[in-house]
Amino acid sequence: MTSLPEKTDKKLGLVVDLDICVGCHACAVNCKEWNAGAKSAPLTDYDPYGKKPDGVWFNRVHTYETTDDAGHGQTVHFPRSCLHCEDAPCVTVCPTGASYKREEDGIVLVNEDICIGCKLCSWACPYGAREYDENEGVMKKCTLCIDKIYNENLPEESRVPACVSTCPAGARSFGDLGDPESEVSKLVAARGGYDLMPEQGTKPVNKYLPPRPRQDGRAGDKAPRMLEHADDSTESAGLIARWVDKILS
Amino acid sequence: MHPAKSVIFFTTASGAGYGMMIWLAVLAALGEIYPDTALGIVTLGLAFALIVGGLLSSTLHLGRPERAWRALSQWRSSWLSREGLAAIIAFVPLGIFAFAWVVMGTNSGLAALGGVAGAAMSLLTLYCTAMIYASLRPIPAWHNGWTVAGYMVLGPMSGAVLLTVIFHLFGQSKPAALTALLSLALLATGLLVKLAYWNLVRNEMPVSTAGSATGLGHLGRVEMTGSPHDSDNYLLREMGFRIARKHAEKLRTIAVALGFVLPFLCLLATIYLTGGLVPLLLSALATLSCATGLTAERWLFFAEAKHAVTLYYGEQAV
Repeated sequence: MTSLPEKTDKKLGLVVDLDICVGCHACAVNCKEWNAGAKSAPLTDYDPYGKKPDGVWFNRVHTYETTDDAGHGQTVHFPRSCLHCEDAPCVTVCPTGASYKREEDGIVLVNEDICIGCKLCSWACPYGAREYDENEGVMKKCTLCIDKIYNENLPEESRVPACVSTCPAGARSFGDLGDPESEVSKLVAARGGYDLMPEQGTKPVNKYLPPRPRQDGRAGDKAPRMLEHADDSTESAGLIARWVDKILS
Repeated sequence: MHPAKSVIFFTTASGAGYGMMIWLAVLAALGEIYPDTALGIVTLGLAFALIVGGLLSSTLHLGRPERAWRALSQWRSSWLSREGLAAIIAFVPLGIFAFAWVVMGTNSGLAALGGVAGAAMSLLTLYCTAMIYASLRPIPAWHNGWTVAGYMVLGPMSGAVLLTVIFHLFGQSKPAALTALLSLALLATGLLVKLAYWNLVRNEMPVSTAGSATGLGHLGRVEMTGSPHDSDNYLLREMGFRIARKHAEKLRTIAVALGFVLPFLCLLATIYLTGGLVPLLLSALATLSCATGLTAERWLFFAEAKHAVTLYYGEQAV
């Protein structure tokens, strides 16, 4: 059924801290590793050892550079994956009912047994969360590691999405964003977590935490001061220094 | 957006097929076409061939064509599903209309009623096709009313042009004159709709930017310095299509000249130059020109449409 549930009991999702992410791509790699053997397996690769390796990935890490009017730049690493939107347009456009949003936890999934591979859901998603598997002829997407987070064979601390458990910097958190008392909701409130492209009307569940303002050492903060340029004039130098300067220049 | 041949063929061919059906039904209901068997076989046959050919080409480009029937189930929310259902339902009254004309030799009365119902379903199908594109918010070039107007006018327009040449082929100058007049009105309307569409697409304020896509806009200009992958991926092949501006301008000139202006002049001439083979040749030229121009128009419709996902890959605004 591709009509969206009126409300979901939980809103499971991710919080990505752009202040912490170092762009190591471990989340993307471990996502590929886990999902290549999970619900959406295989996560097909085409020409993996050739000149143009390509394949299905649920998580992609971009690197951006921002430049303000004064010319100050900042580098931000940016992991991009499904946001499990509340008003998921990829679900309502699906003609077959293969694309659906779960009422119990809000996870957006594809039933690959009935997907016809029309690709319309990938057109409807502004975030590029869905990728088409050329070999299988069906659409695939992030499952929020549904076969990991509910897996009772795993120790409890491992029951989080692969991208979260693998992040060496601790830039990713997982939890119920529908519960204002959850750790992730508190984190979002404390750090001003935001939605990607709110103007698209998708109401993403996943939130991003902005990079903290840079310290430049001027306002008395603890950032290291830049070195002053050496004085070019020799007038204040001692006699020997002036003599050496004359010989050298 | 990637201009896939199958979708360009589907939308132009089935648009023309439905357009032919609409005018055949209207002319029959008004008693303007004699139910000649050969004429019925050729006109209805070509219309069905265009519709079915288009639908088949859109089905064959699916990843799993054998599951296509499942696409009929989600009409409550999906325009693609609605399009499939409307297309199939339209075959019932259109089939009755065609059967009565070709087999029973009548296209008036109940047959005409079937035709008119089929024409209404044809229009509804065209509307659903248009809404598949117009409902996609990440593609602002499609998410507007001119997209719908384009599909609703260009289908009946190309259908009327096609019918004109077939009527001339059968020496039926009276219905030919009617469809020529219809074509003139629709060619003029179609050109205005497309000019308004292109004007909107060129001057529209961007909906999303690299700043809103990353949420980093408050830090200044956002530029991608590192892509997640070295070679193209599905997203870039499907949605990252880019067309050089000068090529787009050239194609737009071709679309305007061949799709609208030349067919208009040819069909206008058929009204005054009625001797011998002249109207047949002129309307044949109009049809060929219109088909070529509309292919360019449809190619541009896809190639020029920018998708929001490209904002993550270096595009500044869509």
